[in-house]
Amino acid sequence: MVPLSWYLIFAAALFSIGLYGVLSRKNAVAILMGVELMLNAVNVNLLAFWRYLTFDKMAGQVFAVIVFAVAASEVAVGLALVISVYRRRQSIVADEINLLKY
Amino acid sequence: MSGSVFNVTMFLAILPELWIFVLASLVLILDLVLPKEQHRVLGWITAVGLILGILISLLVAVPSEQAQFVWGDLIRFDRLGFVFKILFMFGAAMTALFSSNLEKLGQRGDFYVLMLVSTLGMCLMASAADVIMLYLAIETTSIPLYVLAGFYKEDNKSTEAGFKYLLFGAMTSAIMLFGFSYLFGLTGTTNLYALVNQVVQHQLSPFVLYGVLAFILVGFAFKISAFPLHFWAPDVYSGAPTPIAGYLSTASKAAGFAVLVRVLWVGFPEIQPYWVYVMTGVSIATMTIGNLLALAQKDIKRLLAYSSISHAGYVLIGFVAVSELGATSVIFYLIVYLLTNLAAFGTVAVFEKTSGSSEIASFAGLSRRSPWLAMMMLVSFLSLAGMPPFGGFVIKFSVFAAAVQRGLIGLAVIGVLNSIVGLYYYLTVLKVIYLYRSEEEQVAVPIPQASKVALAVLCIGIIVMGVIAAPWFDIGALGARALW
Repeated sequence: MVPLSWYLIFAAALFSIGLYGVLSRKNAVAILMGVELMLNAVNVNLLAFWRYLTFDKMAGQVFAVIVFAVAASEVAVGLALVISVYRRRQSIVADEINLLKY
Repeated sequence: MSGSVFNVTMFLAILPELWIFVLASLVLILDLVLPKEQHRVLGWITAVGLILGILISLLVAVPSEQAQFVWGDLIRFDRLGFVFKILFMFGAAMTALFSSNLEKLGQRGDFYVLMLVSTLGMCLMASAADVIMLYLAIETTSIPLYVLAGFYKEDNKSTEAGFKYLLFGAMTSAIMLFGFSYLFGLTGTTNLYALVNQVVQHQLSPFVLYGVLAFILVGFAFKISAFPLHFWAPDVYSGAPTPIAGYLSTASKAAGFAVLVRVLWVGFPEIQPYWVYVMTGVSIATMTIGNLLALAQKDIKRLLAYSSISHAGYVLIGFVAVSELGATSVIFYLIVYLLTNLAAFGTVAVFEKTSGSSEIASFAGLSRRSPWLAMMMLVSFLSLAGMPPFGGFVIKFSVFAAAVQRGLIGLAVIGVLNSIVGLYYYLTVLKVIYLYRSEEEQVAVPIPQASKVALAVLCIGIIVMGVIAAPWFDIGALGARALW
């Protein structure tokens, strides 16, 4: 069987890529995609831990299901807000959404 | 849990949440049924419904001294959660009243529904005893708040506020969740109260826990707008509809603190010196940065945002004094602060409706245009500054007392110095209101009926809590004792 650490390393890499995407991307949709990668990393972690450590309990699986349900609703709301910004500004580049500062 | 699957206690434990859910459904139906002209009444229905909910909860659903775990240990039915639930429902009721006379906000049923759903999430946050429940509750709170911040679709600032709040919120909650996933992996449990035993049993290295806790604290610091993650607050508060900004800065922040206290004190006593150290630094930085940046503000909503950041720093003083007095002072602070800051944002909302501006300079001559509104601003701003006889004084006193009791004299001194800086910018606003004249002095600022009621309740509350502090302090103590 694949050792647990492989999954954890994979999840950590996925999380880091996602975080890098969130911090470096300027396009709002790309930022949301970065957040999705981070949440997927969480799910990989949760399921790996569940499978290897607490196979007899449900908590890990339930947690993972809840995480992707919430992720879906978060993205739905996120895209709605992105659209409402786009309608006002004709742009979804985070750098140009800079009315509120200082 | 023995016997049948369901028992009465389970439902009593979530009675406030059930009530809010029913109320939200009712408002949603009325939104469809009522004719357009009568939509103003929705604000009253929401507010009265929430107050009724508070009364019913106080009558039948007060938890006993002995805390109970219900719903498969997801929820802890205790007085800490109960005190916060009452507080959130009260805050939501006041916010509904402030919103009800704003045209694009208060006449729309979906606004109240979103606000109620986010209140429901906050109630669950306050009583969650399990990481899964906690995450779900935090998102139930946040997602409607993103929409509420961007509620004015026709307004550039409001859409931008919602957009920014969402991006920062989604990122920090994902980081927090990553911490939760490691917590689950390391301990094999998701229950906060079972966590400690597992940590001891597995003899986990404290360094691993430091790392995990750092992830988790990112999410919490965002919710309470503490130092490294405070920068969203001014942008979001100044863009969001004013009553919602008030709600964000009080109830949402209080919910963050409820979670912070429970998770750190109950879940991580093993590495207490570490997080006390970190949070002391965060507290000092939060107060100082909040107060210093507030000095330079021209817009009153941004000023209040920075002031609310600095208040998060004061609450953290009580938090790092890990003791019963500390917990009491945190809860007491949040109760009085909720009233004070809601009153401050409420007065701004009333004024903004007439003048269309939230620049501090536009408040000139307010004492002549509307003496009552000016007086209510005086009460709330002096209370924020920590002046006796208002509630703001006793709460500052109690957090500093908690710090001194634990020997954190330096921290208390920094807190006092910060309060003095705070006093300056609060008085600057009052100076504009009372001493400056303006050309529009003949134009009165009418206070709508609903706002009148809410402001009267809040201002009387601020004064009563400042003069007769003991009963309110005891409520804090009730909550604090239920923590363990």
